[in-house]
Amino acid sequence: MPWAQALIAKKTDSLSHQDPNTGRVLSYAQAINEALVLAMELDPKVFVLGQGVDDPKGMFGATLGLAEKFGGERVFDTPLSEDGMTGICAGAAMMGLRPVYFHNRPDFLLLAFNQLVNHASKVHFMDNGKTNVPMVVWAAIGRGWGSGAQHSQAVHGLLLGVPGLKIVLPSSPYDAKGLMLSAIADNNPVLIFEHRWCMRRKSAVPEGFYTVPLGKGVYRRRGTDLTIVGVSHTLELALEAVDELARDGISADAIDLRTIKPLDEEIIFESLKKTGKILILDSTWAMGGLCAEIGCRVAEKGFRDLKAPVRRIGLPDIPTPAGFTLEQYYYPDKKRIASAIGEIAAA
Amino acid sequence: MIRYAYSGKGFEPFEPAIGKYDREFLVSLLWSMMRIRMVQEEMERRYREDEMKTPIHLVIGQEATSVGCCAALERKDQVFSGHRTNGNYLAKGGDLKAMMSELYCRANGCVASRGGSMHLLDKEAGYAGSSGIVAGSLPIATGAALAARMLKQDWATMVFFGDAATEEGTLWESLNYAALRELPVIYVCENNFFSVCSPLEARQPKVEIYEKAASFGLHSVQVDGTNVLEVYETARSAVERARSGKGPTFIESLAYRWRGHGGAGDDSDTGYRDPAEVEHWKQYCPIEGFYNFLAKRGQIDEPGRNALVKQIQNEVLKAFEHAISSPVPEESDLFKHVYSD
Repeated sequence: MPWAQALIAKKTDSLSHQDPNTGRVLSYAQAINEALVLAMELDPKVFVLGQGVDDPKGMFGATLGLAEKFGGERVFDTPLSEDGMTGICAGAAMMGLRPVYFHNRPDFLLLAFNQLVNHASKVHFMDNGKTNVPMVVWAAIGRGWGSGAQHSQAVHGLLLGVPGLKIVLPSSPYDAKGLMLSAIADNNPVLIFEHRWCMRRKSAVPEGFYTVPLGKGVYRRRGTDLTIVGVSHTLELALEAVDELARDGISADAIDLRTIKPLDEEIIFESLKKTGKILILDSTWAMGGLCAEIGCRVAEKGFRDLKAPVRRIGLPDIPTPAGFTLEQYYYPDKKRIASAIGEIAAA
Repeated sequence: MIRYAYSGKGFEPFEPAIGKYDREFLVSLLWSMMRIRMVQEEMERRYREDEMKTPIHLVIGQEATSVGCCAALERKDQVFSGHRTNGNYLAKGGDLKAMMSELYCRANGCVASRGGSMHLLDKEAGYAGSSGIVAGSLPIATGAALAARMLKQDWATMVFFGDAATEEGTLWESLNYAALRELPVIYVCENNFFSVCSPLEARQPKVEIYEKAASFGLHSVQVDGTNVLEVYETARSAVERARSGKGPTFIESLAYRWRGHGGAGDDSDTGYRDPAEVEHWKQYCPIEGFYNFLAKRGQIDEPGRNALVKQIQNEVLKAFEHAISSPVPEESDLFKHVYSD
C-alpha cells in the first residue's frame, strides 16, 4: 500500500508550517499541482479527469503539465456528463483505482447528486464494508464578474448532512496541497471545494510529501474576546477584520476548520469555553448548512459556556445576483464582519 | 388486449447447431433457470408470512436473460444489477443462503441487513452489487470497465437494468462514454414492457430501444429473452468483443414480467394490463420451452427433470431454514462501515 507507507513516513506535525512569509512560496494552483504530481508518482492507481484538465488553462493551472508528464491514460478530458462521470469514478474506485475528478464550479455537481448522494457515499455501508470508494471530487467556488446564480454557488451545505462523504474547504496553498494529499489517500469519497478568491493567495509550501489531516481545524489567530469559526473566503475576510480591530483592543480566536465533515468539534468547544462568545462564518447560505449545524451544536453542548447569543454570517436566503450592482449587497464584506465582531465583543 | 406480444422465433433456429453444446451444459442452463424460478416461488409463498420484510421484485418469466448472459461469463467477470436482482445474482453464482439471510434481515445476510433485496452482493462470485435507483448501476459498471482497462485486466463487466432505465439520462451518459473509450462492458436491458404499472408506450416513442443504443455507437442487438440459447449466444459474442478490445455491446432482451412490479403475485386484475397478456406470455415460458426442446432431443426426460426439482427443492428449503434460524444484527452493527479507515 503506497499510501500507508507514505503516511507513516511523514507523520510529522503538519500544522506547524503556518507562516506564509517563510520558506518556499507557491501559488495556490502550483501547490495543488505539486500534490497531484506527488500522488501520481507515489501510486499508479491515481488518475485525474475532468472537463479541461488537459487543456491549455489546465483547471486554473492546477492540472497543467500533468497529461504531458503522466500520459493521456491517467490524465484525461471528459464529456459533460457530470452524473455519469461521477458514477464512472465511483465504479473505478470500487475496483481499486483512485480517481480525482475536477470541476470548474460546484454548481455542476448538482447534476451529480444521484451518484454522490445515492451511490458513492453509501456503497461502503451498503456493501457491509466490503467495498471502498476512494475518490476525490474537486470544484472551485466562483464569485463576481457576473458568475451569478448558476456559477457561484457553494453547495457544501447541501451535502453536509450526507453520511459517508467527507468535505474539505482549504484556504491556503499550504493546506490545499496537504489536504489534497490526504483526500487522495483517504478510502472514502472526499469533496474539495476551493474558493476562486482564496486561490489568488500565495503562501509558503514545503517541498515533498506532507499531509494536512482531514477533520482537524487550526487556529489562525489567538485571542480572548470571542471565537470566530468558519471556512474559506469568508474566514479570510474575518481575519482581515480581526487584524484591524486589534487597534480597538479586540482579540479573537479565529478557527479555520478546513474540513467540515468530519467536523472538528473539539477545537470549537475548546475555544468557546475560553471566550464564551461565537461568530460562525460560511461562504454559502447561512440557512441549513455549516452555520446552522455549528449553531445547533453550540446550543446543545456549549450552552452553559455562552455569554452572548450565537451569531452567524453567511449568504442570505437568496440566489446570487449576476450584476455587481446587486452583488455588492449580497456578499458579506470585511466591514460587516468587523461590525459583528465589535458587537459580539461588546456584548 | 395484448399490447406486447411475443415476437421471438422459438428454439427451431437452434436445431442445426444443437450438437455443438454438450448435454451437461444444456442441463445446467435448465437447472439454473428452474432454480431461480423455484427460489422465487418459495419467496412468494412465504412473503405473506410477513417475516421477509423487504421489497421483493420477482423475475419470474425472465429467467433466461440472467441465465443465458451469466453462462457466457467467468467468475472473474463483474456483474451489476438494478433493483430486480434475484435472477442476476443467482445466475452469476451468488450464494443462496446469504441471499435468503439478507431478505430475512439477518446479520449473516450477504450485506448484513444493509442492502435488502434491492442490494445483494457476492464479491467472490463476481456479483459486484446493485442499485435501487433506476439506471444507477450503469455508470458504476462503466467505471468498473474503465478500471479493467486501466489495470490491464481481462475481465468483462456486465450490467443488467430494465427498460425504464433507458429513460434516464445517466444511461445515455454511460453508453456515450463506453462507446467513446471502447470499454469492455456489456449492457443488458431486460425489457419487460412495464415500469411498475406504466407501459412502455406511455413512456417512450415507438423507436426500438436497441436501435437507440446503436445510434450511440455501440454494437447493439435485440434478443428473445425467453430463449436461453439465443441469449447465451449473443452474450458470448459480446464477451468476446469485450475481451478482445472491440468495445461495448448493448443487448435488449425481451421477456414479459409475469408478476407485479414488486411483492408477491400477479396484479394484472388492477387493470393496468390485460390478464390475457400474461397468459399469452406463459405459453412462452423460458423453462418449459427449453425443457421441451431438450426433451424432444432426448437430452433430458421427466425423471431427469424430477431429479432436478427434488435437488433444488432441498437446497431452497435449507436456505430458508438457514435464514430463519440466523441471528439478527445488534445495535452496535448500525454504526459500522459508514466510513472506511
